[in-house]
Amino acid sequence: MTGGLSIAAMLGELGLDARKVAVERNLEIVPRATLGEVAVAEGDAFEIVHFVGGG
Amino acid sequence: MNAPQSMSSDSWTVAGRTFTSRLIVGTGKYKSLEENAAAVEASGAEIVTVAVRRVNISDPSQPMLTDHIDPNKVTYLPNTAGCFTADDAIRTLRLAREAGGWNLVKLEVLGEAKTLYPDMRETLKATEVLVKEGFEPMVYCVDDPIAAKQLEEAGAIAIMPLGAPIGSGLGIQNRVTIRLIVEGAGVPVLVDAGVGTASDAAQAMELGCDGVLMNTAIAEAKDPVLMARAMKAAVESGRLAYLAGRMQKRRYADPSSPLAGLI
Repeated sequence: MTGGLSIAAMLGELGLDARKVAVERNLEIVPRATLGEVAVAEGDAFEIVHFVGGG
Repeated sequence: MNAPQSMSSDSWTVAGRTFTSRLIVGTGKYKSLEENAAAVEASGAEIVTVAVRRVNISDPSQPMLTDHIDPNKVTYLPNTAGCFTADDAIRTLRLAREAGGWNLVKLEVLGEAKTLYPDMRETLKATEVLVKEGFEPMVYCVDDPIAAKQLEEAGAIAIMPLGAPIGSGLGIQNRVTIRLIVEGAGVPVLVDAGVGTASDAAQAMELGCDGVLMNTAIAEAKDPVLMARAMKAAVESGRLAYLAGRMQKRRYADPSSPLAGLI
């Protein structure tokens, strides 16, 4: 990932709808409201999840 | 207890939300999202359980559950199925809260893969943390009245004992302990897991449970949509029978026709 990119922009590049996913960066939840502000940094580890069918 | 004039006037409340359907259905194991949506519709369920999983970034355009089952019409209950530690379950639900924006969740911390029995030590630990963080957890648990009480004291907003192992379809194996939990609970009690067919669901409701949660019994039926209808009817029948109060059992026969005037 290129530096300086926001998480919202990263989701866009991945083709994901930010309204339907949750993002964890380095084990910390990134609140939806701040996805556009938080910049992706070198070495960041992300978890991007959504709801799927389950019991 | 007052008998409802219709099923729609017989409601139950959890986390300040009132529901008329007492059937909660899972959304796993279906052949397609279309079949899944049709089964949910036929079941009349107002709550569905969902899982939280990584997105597939290699194919972001694949159909999503939310495209078929509208979270604005049906309450999504994020579940921690697949979590074996309190930490994993808490992490999953923090993500779920961010993805969905709600605090009502289902906690399930498993002890082992073979039985999928809950690990109650981890479950209690997770419940305490979640409640502190403002979650409203409905909690999958063993059929132990003492453990159920401890969960309630820790802030569980509903107690969800298993009736038999998850996905087994063995039916309610523990009628005595389920009844004891129901009698002792100050929060809703829902049988979670074990139902195989309609009579099992009715039996759970006849024991006085507030509701029943099932997934496999519907998803793995030959005709899931028809089974969903059957389950809806069974939950309503069991509930009505519980409210009606069943007759006492007798050891021997008792004729239904009068003996007086017999020719």
